[in-house]
Amino acid sequence: MSSNRKITRRAFLKKTGVMGGMVAFGGFHTPKQSFAQTKEPFKVGFPIPLTGPYGTEAKDQQAGAELAVAEINAKGGVLGRKVEIIVRDDKLKADEGARRAKELIESEKVELLSGNLAAHVQLATNEQAKLHGIPYVSVSQSNEITQRPDNSIYTYHEALDPHMTTQAVGEYVAKNFGKRWYFLTSDYAYGWQMTDGFIRRGKEFGAISVGETKHPLGTSDYSAYMPRILTANPDVLFLDNFGKDQINSVKLATSFGLKKKMQIVCPILLMSSRLGGGEEAFDGVIGGVSFYWELNHSTSKEFVKAFQKINGRPPIDYAGYAYSGVKELLSGFNRAGSLDPVALAQAIEGRTYDNYKGKQWWRPCDHQSQQDVFIIKSKKAKAEYDVFEIIATVPGEGERLLRTCVEVGQNPNAPIRSGLIKK
Amino acid sequence: MEWTAIVMQLFTGLSLGMLYVLLALGLSIIFGLLTVVNFAHGAMYMWGAFAGAATIAITGNFWLALVISPLVIGGYGLIIERGLIRPLYGRDINYPLLLTFGLQFIMIEIIRIFWGTSDQPFSAPASLSMPLEIFGVFYFPSYRLFLIGITVVICIVLWIFLEKTNLGLVIRAGTRDPLMVRALGIDMRRIWWLVFGIGSALAGIAGVLAAPIRSVFPEMGIAMLVECFVVVVVGGMGSLKGAILSGIIMGEASSITTLFYPQMADIVIFLVMAVVLLIRPSGLFGKAGLLE
Amino acid sequence: MIGRLTMKETGIGETFGLGNRELRVEKVGWWQRLVELVSRNPLVFIFIFFIIFPFVVPYKALATQIIIWGLFALGYNVCLGYTGMLSFGHAAYFGIGAYTAGIVLIRLWQNIWFSLLCGLLMGGITAFILGYLCIKRRGIYFAMLTLAFAQLLYFVGFQWVDLTGGDNGLRNIPAVPLSIFGLSINIYTPLRFYFFVLVFVASSLLAINRILQSPFGHVLQAVRENDQRAKSCGYETSNVRWMAFVISGAISGLAGGLYALYLHFVGIESLYWTTSGQVVMMTLLGGMGSFIGPFIGAGVFLYIEDTLSVITPNWMIFLGPVFVLCVLFFPAGIWGTIKDLSTRRRK
Repeated sequence: MSSNRKITRRAFLKKTGVMGGMVAFGGFHTPKQSFAQTKEPFKVGFPIPLTGPYGTEAKDQQAGAELAVAEINAKGGVLGRKVEIIVRDDKLKADEGARRAKELIESEKVELLSGNLAAHVQLATNEQAKLHGIPYVSVSQSNEITQRPDNSIYTYHEALDPHMTTQAVGEYVAKNFGKRWYFLTSDYAYGWQMTDGFIRRGKEFGAISVGETKHPLGTSDYSAYMPRILTANPDVLFLDNFGKDQINSVKLATSFGLKKKMQIVCPILLMSSRLGGGEEAFDGVIGGVSFYWELNHSTSKEFVKAFQKINGRPPIDYAGYAYSGVKELLSGFNRAGSLDPVALAQAIEGRTYDNYKGKQWWRPCDHQSQQDVFIIKSKKAKAEYDVFEIIATVPGEGERLLRTCVEVGQNPNAPIRSGLIKK
Repeated sequence: MEWTAIVMQLFTGLSLGMLYVLLALGLSIIFGLLTVVNFAHGAMYMWGAFAGAATIAITGNFWLALVISPLVIGGYGLIIERGLIRPLYGRDINYPLLLTFGLQFIMIEIIRIFWGTSDQPFSAPASLSMPLEIFGVFYFPSYRLFLIGITVVICIVLWIFLEKTNLGLVIRAGTRDPLMVRALGIDMRRIWWLVFGIGSALAGIAGVLAAPIRSVFPEMGIAMLVECFVVVVVGGMGSLKGAILSGIIMGEASSITTLFYPQMADIVIFLVMAVVLLIRPSGLFGKAGLLE
Repeated sequence: MIGRLTMKETGIGETFGLGNRELRVEKVGWWQRLVELVSRNPLVFIFIFFIIFPFVVPYKALATQIIIWGLFALGYNVCLGYTGMLSFGHAAYFGIGAYTAGIVLIRLWQNIWFSLLCGLLMGGITAFILGYLCIKRRGIYFAMLTLAFAQLLYFVGFQWVDLTGGDNGLRNIPAVPLSIFGLSINIYTPLRFYFFVLVFVASSLLAINRILQSPFGHVLQAVRENDQRAKSCGYETSNVRWMAFVISGAISGLAGGLYALYLHFVGIESLYWTTSGQVVMMTLLGGMGSFIGPFIGAGVFLYIEDTLSVITPNWMIFLGPVFVLCVLFFPAGIWGTIKDLSTRRRK
């Protein structure tokens, strides 16, 4: 061993030692603000997929939640305590979500959990919330979260679920386009649920499935699926996938000239997909969405204005979910007058509200938020974010889009109380 | 099933196979000569796509991106070999593997920091966006035909380089008997350095070529890497013939499976690999005893 | 011990093992003595450290996570460090152990001991089967085969929704109280669960220690050092390696089962190759071929990840270079390097 290397090693050790020290002393908790407050802050845990393909959506979720927190704080916080939101990265992985939830509950002592984009991560976070008796408001799509056995008194679902989406979009498509439907389905729970939902809904209107093809999640090359679709000759092609898969399949369908022969429908049209895929690829594609910023409604305009002022861009649907969900739970605590989960549930169940998109209602038997769905169509953008037009509103009134309480394993005549922990 | 659908599927499988071929060639050539398993190959592929996207963003010229990307990634490969991998020669054979394994995470993170996590838009040039009529029977996207064509060209260029030039001769000799080549007085280190650069450049150009038909995002290399390993192992580590044949086989296998049982499309290459390895332990054209 | 007696060979004697020898008494620093003491009695120190560990880290669930992954890395180490086989598919055993324990609790019998036993057994059985298929190959082919089979298992787990929950994961694993000596204890507070896991970690450490001290353990070392030599001594080396692989799989399965209890949930990612990659990184980071190494590796990796994740989502930009530097300059890992440094002679 030459002396040169020895020196390098020693110098290196020093450097890594310094770096390690910095990491250790730099502090691993988010710096606690020091404010002259007699009461402890009320903390909201917010794990979201900051890394991974949905970073943009995650940032919007955070922005929406932060807006809600700011509004609540402006009115005095929760039970007189200032609300703080603690953001973590769930890396779009279920076990990471569970770990983050554990850390937030044990270390940060959060009293409300929200966030998560992917269905499987939500379910994992929900598990932890149930275990520790912390309310969790889900702000993203999932069918299971409002079903037995995942559901509980602590669980709230602000967002749409695949069932509602397919009921709404399926109805619109059946009424306006042909009856031969083909499904290109992403091979995981989300895709399966969308396709099943559409097939069922379609049957009610006489639509038939002329083919279903599952593709592995994360497929980049859809050209292998095109021949089958062309041979089947459908009137409507449903792309039951999400995010990147959606972009790739839409692009491919366009390049294979499918649009000349059939209408392309995406159950959920994400603004980021549309911006990522480009107007050429998405032109003429229709889909469902819970919220689009150009919605002509009073609370929508207020929400968009407030959001745009802080963030310099209009909110996407995920921002809306996060905003409304967090706001509902925080204001729920205030109305309940305490942190007792039963009191919270009672303050929320059966409540009609309008935070940003029109009338919504909390169904007592499963804590699902009933709401309208909008059908949008992609168009050539006249301005940076002016990418869709709302062509129809499918009303959610009267539980017409929801599964029945019995279907989700709950009692239609009683509010959900399962999973209550005696503390 | 109509025969046109099957023929179309075969064409599609061929174009998919071409990407595998390019990546497998790079990986195999690096392994064959350096016995280094380049776990950062997928990340280099990804960097190639991003380099291409950046070039297009600045110049708007796809063809320029096609030239610049492999040069940039090849250059990067040269730096990596010299700085990080060379110190590991002489140690256990697993070390360069582990180093490149860690390196890929750094490369992914760098892209995330500077470009963000969402997709980069990347369109094929207008001249290649139209579907082309084949034998008047069906349509096939011309970009994919271009992909097949240019991969064939690259393979031919590579073949000429290896078979007809002195440098190529040294490389081939070095793959077969490195000790002898060194005994003849040739500095293998320089050759290794160069070959690593060539392999990286191949990964880079694969990235640019893949970009218009696949999304460009930081994690795009991860899945591709695993598939690429499978292709190389089936072909035989270090064998270029094997890389080409295996790439085409895997592409077709994936494509045909998609036609009949799509959910299995991801997994079929692993099944093929398991079967091949159990029958021919060193792959189709691999040499036994290499890297045991 | 005031100093250490060392011998240094000088001159041409070096070449022939004879000749001039110098006797020296080297002064040994206190930390070198400590390291030596610890590496002579690793188990004692590990146990002592682990008892105070949960009070040292930011939150107790992190400590639990670290020792579970440490156990996984320990099992993996039997394969890599002690037997010299680079497996890239250990997620299979971890994941199967986790799913088995969870499924047993949900569907079969709500008994923690039994579920963990099943997890351990399934990990071992899977390693038995896959080991048989892979063990004939060495080197990179072995690694790729293990990867392939692990991915196959991932795919099966993903598609078999009724059993595993598919990509939504296996949820609602009940929080079954521990029944021991007729008592029923709730172990699900952070600290209690940590000590519960520690019992298993400790038992595994003792078990591995016994195995490595046994004749079988010595053969294992022989096989790692020089496979041909061991063969020529009459040992059936592929069987030896196979056995080690099974032991490695069983311990990984146990770690998986504990993880399932910890999260009350099993995610499909536990079968994915990134899980395999993570345990490889941890083992290398900590140091192969020792008891302490895997736990240090798991601890450092998870602590840095946890701490930095809070500050920035780009924490890998710190951990990645640390890992790369480890490979370059500290191939013996953190613990291995510490040991090396402490025994290096002063010139």
